[in-house]
Formats: sequence, C-alpha cells, structure tokens
Amino acid sequence: MTMRDLLAASALSLVLGAGAVSAEVVMNRGNDTDPATLDPHHTQTVSESRVLKDLFDGLVIQSAKGEAIPGIAESWDLSEDGTVYTFHLRDAKWSNGDPVTAGDFSFAYHRIVDPMTAAGYASNLFAIKNAEAIASGKMPVDQLGVRVIDDKTLEITLNSPTPYFIELLTHQAALPLHQKSVEEFGDQFTRPENFVTNGAYKLESFTPNSQLVMVKNPEYYNADQVTIDRVNWIPFEDRSACMRRFEAGEVQTCTDVPAEQMDYVKANLADSLRIAPYLGTYYLPVKGAEGSPLKDARVRKAISMAIDRDFIAEEVWAGTMLPSYKLVPPGIANYDGDAVTVDYADEDLFDREDDAKALLEEAGVAPGSLTVELRYNTGENHKNTMAAIADMLTNIGINARLNEVEGTTYFNYLREDGPFDMARAGWVGDYNDPQNFLMLYESGVAFNYSRWSNADYDAALDKAATTMDLGERAEILAGAEQTLLDDQAIIPILAYSSRALVAANVEGYEDNLMDAHATRWLSLN
Amino acid sequence: MLGYTLRRMASAVPTIFIIVTLTFFAIRIAPGGPFDLERPLDPLILANLQRAYNLDAPLWQQYLMYLGNLIQGDLGPSFTRRDFSVNELFAQGLPVSILLGGLALLAATIFGIILGAIAALKQNSWLDNLIVAIATLGITTPNFVIAPLLSLFFGVILGVLPAGGWSNANPAYWILPVITLALPQVAVIARLVRGATVEALRANHVRTARAYGLPARVVVGVHALRAAMLPTVSYLGPTAAALLTGSVVVETVFGLPGVGRYFVQGALGRDYTLVMGTVVVIAVFVVIFNLLVDLAYAWLDPRVRYD
Repeated sequence: MTMRDLLAASALSLVLGAGAVSAEVVMNRGNDTDPATLDPHHTQTVSESRVLKDLFDGLVIQSAKGEAIPGIAESWDLSEDGTVYTFHLRDAKWSNGDPVTAGDFSFAYHRIVDPMTAAGYASNLFAIKNAEAIASGKMPVDQLGVRVIDDKTLEITLNSPTPYFIELLTHQAALPLHQKSVEEFGDQFTRPENFVTNGAYKLESFTPNSQLVMVKNPEYYNADQVTIDRVNWIPFEDRSACMRRFEAGEVQTCTDVPAEQMDYVKANLADSLRIAPYLGTYYLPVKGAEGSPLKDARVRKAISMAIDRDFIAEEVWAGTMLPSYKLVPPGIANYDGDAVTVDYADEDLFDREDDAKALLEEAGVAPGSLTVELRYNTGENHKNTMAAIADMLTNIGINARLNEVEGTTYFNYLREDGPFDMARAGWVGDYNDPQNFLMLYESGVAFNYSRWSNADYDAALDKAATTMDLGERAEILAGAEQTLLDDQAIIPILAYSSRALVAANVEGYEDNLMDAHATRWLSLN
Repeated sequence: MLGYTLRRMASAVPTIFIIVTLTFFAIRIAPGGPFDLERPLDPLILANLQRAYNLDAPLWQQYLMYLGNLIQGDLGPSFTRRDFSVNELFAQGLPVSILLGGLALLAATIFGIILGAIAALKQNSWLDNLIVAIATLGITTPNFVIAPLLSLFFGVILGVLPAGGWSNANPAYWILPVITLALPQVAVIARLVRGATVEALRANHVRTARAYGLPARVVVGVHALRAAMLPTVSYLGPTAAALLTGSVVVETVFGLPGVGRYFVQGALGRDYTLVMGTVVVIAVFVVIFNLLVDLAYAWLDPRVRYD
C-alpha cells in the first residue's frame, strides 16, 4: 500500500465514519487560469465561460456536442419579420429554491448594457434593440428591447433579423442573474455564501491560484441527470503541471497540452489526447504603406502561395494547428465552406513557388527588390511561425525582416491604424456563425487591421444581415469570403484546434467546434 | 535594547514610504493599463471602469489616496481578481507561504548546520568533499528544474506523494514544495557554516578552550559553532523574508495558493494595487528580518552591543 493509498483509505474511513452511504463522485478539471471574477458581466475569457456555464443555465445552452439547445427556455417563437423572439421558460429554480423567472433574464440583460456596469462583453447583446445606444450612454436603460410578458414568458426585440441570435444566447453575456441577491449584496454577490446560481452546480469555495470548488445544485431542473457531485476547477498556468497531475491520476481533464511535449504525449498518452477543430483562425493581415508593392493583390497572392502551411502546422505547431487557406474556420454553422475556393491550395509547393515568381514579375517586383517587415507579438510559436515564413519568402525572392513587439501594446497598435507590412493575428469566434469572422474585414471595423475596404464585400455582409433564409444567406457570405480571398488582403495560414487530455474513465466528453464540455454532460466510470 | 528596536522600527517607516512611492510611479510608466485586452473595451465603458477604480483622477491624487488608504491598512481592490480585495488575497495566501517558507527555513537551517559542521570537523575527508560537491550542485541547480523533477519522480513515477495541489490539512501536499524551497538553502548554509567553523576552530578563544582541556562537545558546540553562526544569521535574514513571501516557480509548478505569484501576475496584468501590495508586504518582511538579524548578532557576539 503506497502512502497515497493509505491517505485515501483514512479519508474514506472518515467519510464512512460520518455515516455517508454512497461515495461522492469528485472530478478534478484543469482550467487555463482562474476566472478574473464570477460576475458574468465582467468576464472576457474562455476559462471563465467554462466555469460560468457549470454554474448558470441561459435561455439556450450548449449540448455535449456544442450545439445550441433549449436551456431555461423550453421553446421560442420568432415573428414573421424575424425581429421578435418570444421565449417560453420551463419550471426551473435557483440554488436557493426561488423560481427562475423572465424577470431574472430581463434584469441581467438590462444590467449588462447599462453603461454604469461597464461590461466588456455588452457588445455581445448589441443585436437587441437599442442595446448599443444604451451601452454608449445615448439612451436610457429602460429602452432596451427586452420585455417581461409574465414570469414564464420573455420577449426580445432585435434591431434587425439576426440569424445567429440563438447562438449568441449561449454566450456567458446572456446568462440570467438572481436579481434579489445581486441587489442585496452588490459587489459581494459572487461570494460563495451569497452566490445564487441556476445551473447544474453551485459555488462552494474559490481559492485563488488553487481551486474553485462546485457542488451539485439539488434545485437544478435536470439534477437527476447530473452524475458528478463535486467539481474542482484547478487553474494551470503551467501546462506541463496539468499534464503531470493528469498522469498521476489527480486530474481528469486538461484544457491544453504543452506543444513542446506533443511527441511525448502522442507516444504515451495517445488514448487521452483529443485534438479537434476549434472555432478560430490564425492569419496574416497585409497592409503596406501607400505605394508599396503590397498594395498590389498579385504580390499578396504570391506571398500567400509561397507559404507552406503544412510545414508550419506540423513542424512549428507540432500538429496542434491545422493548415488553412480561409478566414472562416471549417465546420462552422450556417455556412458552406466548400463553396469558397483557393485555387493554389491543392497544388504542389514547387509549382506554387514558380507561379508566385511569375506573378511577382507580372507585378513588376524584381527578385530581391522587396523587403517586408513581419510583425508579431512575443511568443515562442509566433516567432517560429514568422521565422519560417521569412525563410519561405526568400524562395520567391522577397526579403523579410522580423519585428517582435511586447504583448500588451501589440494589438492596440494594429487597431489604431499603426503602419505595418504584414502582421500576425488570431481570431477565436464568440459565436458559431461566419458573420463573426467575416465582419473582421468590413470597412470601418477596428479589427480590420489591413484597413482593406471593398464596397462589394460590405454590401454582401449588409445583405446577409437581413436575409432570413439561412441557405441563401450562407451563399451570400461565401461570396463575400471569396471576394476577400481573391484580393488576398488577408493571408490565412492556420485553423485553431482544441487540444485536451481526457482520462479514460470520463464518459460523455464529445469533441466539438466550440470546445464546450460542461460538467453536467460528463460522468466518471 | 528596547530603545534601539523602537528606533529601528521608526526608521523603517521612511524606507517603506520611499519604496512605495518609487513603485507607485514606476509601474505607471509601464505601457498599457489593467483594462487593456486583446479585444478593446468600448471607450465609454473603459471610462466608466476607470472612474470606478479612481484611475481617471490625476496621478498625484491617486497617489495621495493610495497613501491614505495604506495608512489605514487598506491595500485597495485588485484589478485583475475582481472578486477579491488585495487584503483578502494576502489573508488567504500569506499563511500558506509562511507555512511552506517557515518549514523550508527550519529544514534548511537544521540540515545546513549539521552538514556544514560535519564537513568542517572532517575537513578534507571524503565526507567533506561529498558534502561540498552536493552543496555546489544544490546551489547551481535552479528550482524550476528541481520542482518538476520531484513532482515527476515522487508524484507520477513512484506515485507516493501528490504531484501537485494543496491542502491545509494534509501534510503530504507540503513535502515536495518544502524540499524544493529548502534544498538550495541547505547548500548555501552548509557552505557558510563549514567556512566559518573551519575559521573558528583556529580562533584564539577556541584554542584556549581546547588548552583548558574542555571536552570537544563543548569546544565545538558552544565556542566554535556560536562564532560560526554569525555569517549564517546574516544570511538567514533576507533569505527568511524571501522564503516567507512565497516563490513564483514553486507555486506555479505545484499549484499552490501562496502569495509568490501575485507580484508577477500583478505586473503582467498591470494590476497596480496588487503589485503595490506585494511590494509593501515584502518590504515589511525585509525590514523585520533585518532587525531580527541585528538583534541576534547582539546575542551571539558579546562584542556587539546596542544602546
């Protein structure tokens, strides 16, 4: 008997001595970092959403497969013109036994758009009528297009038809709040002793840098289907630390795997490793000064052709990213990615380099005459990616210089129209819809780092925004992406993938594009 | 002695004041702010947030406000851990860091003195060489190498101790972090004690004691070791302050809820108040332990007197 067995045995005898009948099912789950707060309206990150979605159920929730399914709303109706949703709520209770009402949602939605709340993700609800004007202080909060019809019926009016609105409601910005406790405790409402939640779990304790402990919420409407009694969410800033504890059997899921140890993981933990496409794109915006050859679409295309995505995905990222030629990631909802084509994607790299050189010649760029600066933010893999690209560009007679910038100011510079040749950027979708990616290249959007502007593209996105038929809308959006890629103002190189370690005794963990794996869907054997 | 202690305490106040002032302005020079994210906040929302945290006031006003709160013992709210105040973070984390650091300090002192004394008494023997070799290895091996190796060996391969994590109640979780923290200190102390003891054994008063025919136990234990303690004690002061305020590496590798990570996390997240709080706590520890060292000197060395 090892020391750990001894300790476990003594702990068990303590529990038995206290008269417990069945053993409690405990799951330890790794997270990337601690939540900055448990107030959903002040959260920004994926790590926070993992925790919050165990604590709260929205109108719509994500299934084990990451798809939007009815949550607190049992069903909903949509008006003919596509702008008014009426949600019918099920009988559900908060962890203190109070019923979950339409008022709790209305309260939360008014709170998040209130400029006094200063919520970073208020923008996620800007599809709701007047939300944007309210958040920017131009309209009183009570003008929000959210109305309580009765305790069980909530009406939400949108600015215009928004086909991805149901997807938006799966985001943590759309979770309800227990009005009484938030008003009573103010900024202390997230304390374990005050925190009232309506999800599968309720908060027991939160120790920074150590763990966040949740226990099953007996008032949850689906409590009889929740098999894990206690979840310890453990933050791991050091990914190898999670892996060690996983190997020691102390943690059942890790949200990430250290890229530098992929060879070891593939050899020793192959059964536990889960790599799946994830809703994100790693790309190079191209800008260039006025009069630079980079303003010529042929030059941009030549550069894109010379980049060996397979090498970058396999060698630099050790297979943790997938090669990509498109902005909208594969597998996304409401889209037809195959309709968008990049003619050189399947060509042999040597042929591509020859074609690229021909294109450069056509554009009047002599070999060795063009030097581009590759700008990136500090990060081992970003650096290696850019170094590889610089090397690939020399194959077609373009010189490249690396420029590394410290993280905190990097994106500010790009957003604020700072001059650059080529940079690296990544975008992870907030909701499962191509609009969330294609809007990056709309005119006037701060994230449009290239400051590329195309009237056809803008018109296509505007048209798609009011097109109710999802098939037709998908076609319009695919057309827009085709326009964007033909002009190559952006050079997509990789699609993100999620990588996780999942222990063999965990059931119900299904790989999905949203990387959503709420504990309520899991069980331990 | 009491007067001296009080005077020293009083002189610490301006020292801490200067440290606080320098830190306050230095961290504001760093580019960016606590609310800078990859995705920017709406300017209006940002303005609301800055107002909520008084970041919109002129810098000198913020500084005076901070000093005012500090005098009342209030270190302010944390910007990056918004469910906690800085005081609460330290109230939760300091006991953990002090427990681990204290145990490591105790272990390092005991083993360091024993090994150092043995090496000195058996000078130039194989035992001495072995101890010196191990000590050199201990000093030169960084803890970010030792910590994962210990975790891997005892946690994953042997499976006899937890590979990481924390429990206030279960000492099994304390063992590996304490060993990691103590190892380099054992090495340093052993070398210090060895050197000082070798020297002390040749000192006049020790030779005199031997000439009187006192037993070796008394010669070494009372006279030689006591003199040899001086460099060790002056080393232990700052070391104690460092150990008791946590270690970034050890806490990150083992996943411990101490305060060691707050300085780095605070600095990277531009969490002004958290950085300030860490600096204040560390400064107080350094001042206290330097004072303790000086008082210990008076007790150990009869020639030192404070009036």
